[in-house]
Amino acid sequence: MEREKVITAKGLTKRFGDFTAVDAISFEVGKGEIFGFLGANGAGKTTAIRMLCGLSIPTDGEATVAGFDVYRQTEQIKRNIGYMSQKFSLYNDLTVRENIRFFAGIYGKSHQFIKENTERLLDRLHLQAESNKQVKSLPLGWKQKLAFSVAIFHEPDIVFLDEPTGGVDPVTRREFWNMIYEAAESGITVFVTTHYMDEAEYCNRVSIMVDGRIDALGTPQDLKQQFKAESMDNVFLKLARKATRGE
Amino acid sequence: MKQFLSFVRKEFYHIFRDARTMLILLGMPVAQIIIFGFALTNEVKNSRIAVLDMSKDAATASLITELEASRYFEVEKRLHTYKEVEEEFKLGNIKMAVVLPQNFGADLLHFNTAQVQLIADASDPNVANTLTNYASAIIQDYQNRITDGRRLPYTIKTELRMLYNPQMEGAYSFVPGVMAMVLLLVCTMMTAITIVREKEMGTMEVLLVSPIQPIKIIVAKAVPYLLLSMVNIASILLLSVFLLDVPINGSLVLLVLESILFTVTSLVLGLFISTITDSQQVAMFISLTGLFMPTVMLSGFMFPIENMPRVLQLISNIVPAKWYYIIVRSVMIKGVGLEAVWKETLVLFGMMVFFLIMSIRKFKIRLA
Repeated sequence: MEREKVITAKGLTKRFGDFTAVDAISFEVGKGEIFGFLGANGAGKTTAIRMLCGLSIPTDGEATVAGFDVYRQTEQIKRNIGYMSQKFSLYNDLTVRENIRFFAGIYGKSHQFIKENTERLLDRLHLQAESNKQVKSLPLGWKQKLAFSVAIFHEPDIVFLDEPTGGVDPVTRREFWNMIYEAAESGITVFVTTHYMDEAEYCNRVSIMVDGRIDALGTPQDLKQQFKAESMDNVFLKLARKATRGE
Repeated sequence: MKQFLSFVRKEFYHIFRDARTMLILLGMPVAQIIIFGFALTNEVKNSRIAVLDMSKDAATASLITELEASRYFEVEKRLHTYKEVEEEFKLGNIKMAVVLPQNFGADLLHFNTAQVQLIADASDPNVANTLTNYASAIIQDYQNRITDGRRLPYTIKTELRMLYNPQMEGAYSFVPGVMAMVLLLVCTMMTAITIVREKEMGTMEVLLVSPIQPIKIIVAKAVPYLLLSMVNIASILLLSVFLLDVPINGSLVLLVLESILFTVTSLVLGLFISTITDSQQVAMFISLTGLFMPTVMLSGFMFPIENMPRVLQLISNIVPAKWYYIIVRSVMIKGVGLEAVWKETLVLFGMMVFFLIMSIRKFKIRLA
């Protein structure tokens, strides 16, 4: 199945002084794909994501995100992506509605758009009763689901999820992944990092970073065959052991 | 603009929902002005004084008894020469000296008028002021009593002499001082903390990934504090004028404009602190030790700068509050115009520009 490419990277590199955090990585991600971006801590994932989000200018190589260049068009990139980080990304002292309104507001969405879509979102998450409560009173799982919904509220082409399910129970993780599938089906490309290897199995394709390079790239099925491993867990361990870089 | 307004609204939610923030922002200025205001007029009890009685007659004896009988004074020493007065002050034994010149009683009887000199240690102006007021009142009482029933009134002229700080500068010093302290605390510490909190919570990343420009984030963060500072300036001035009877002798417009300049300087300082720290505790620590303490100690508000060692006098020049304090005191108490404070204004403006450039450079480095 040939998809339209929404992320392309060719020889993308980031150096900090003598240290090469990201070493000439190349990959492509298609529209509506769920792309797993794996790697041990310190492998360079965060730096790579920062470059793709327009937060950090690459030292070398080329990349486009949503059709925009990561060197010159960071503003347009920011407008067309959503982002949810491993740290919690909603404001605890704001209510559910205020959080939605704030984030939609900084993406420049119209009042009308915010009003209509807020109700739809609250219905879908069954959060109508809690909509005027401060976010801190919600259980972690709900917060996480809400954070994801807020991250795609402005209808971006791509959403970057940086370890979105840290500290969440398995049932909620499952529900969270159902939301990811829904988003992907609606055409949003999902770029996700995770430490849970069972989640890697849910991805359409995964890449594994070791010491700043992408050492493996393919569907979970392919990778397991290629590395003669039972599960993604074993694939990951085989690769991560080669790492020479510490944290 | 819409992005910006969404952001400002969010900042107000943060402020209004946090009881502690609200208390610091709006309660503290009022509390401080009242505390300092009443500290100024606080009663002074059993202060040690010295008496130089060069007349030694019935009138001086009864006047000294009157002073001693009051609960305010304790006659520590009887002096014999004028020179001793200075020595006693230098040793720090006394807070005030009462000098009764030769022929006090005779003058009072024959010419109906006599003189008393009150010498006070004005290095602590508030105390000096209180003491001389009390002493004058006691002398006045005495005078009224002996005048009673006579046709020609006796008048005792009290002459006041303030040692070490003859202009009594600092009498109303607490109002400008509190304004400097409050604005600095509200603007610098709160701005630093609110920006660093976003970093700590991880929301800063989300904001940076969004299309809102970093400069808008920073300005939106500062706007609520700027507005609340205006409220504080207004409440401090109202309290000063109506509760503490401190006059505004100069131009109110100039005073407000200078306050806005100082507020912006403080905001920029807060921004600078936020760019060099990553945790709220550190930001608070830097604000308190690096700014709040020097403001209290070195702005001239608690302790006159002229009395400090040379080194501290030099250091005091880099404390922004010192300049603001001079400006407010000049405009508010002395009633002078911009022509008298343009140098201080320029210094403050220079500091603001300097820290602004520093923070923008720092901020850009972080982003790269």
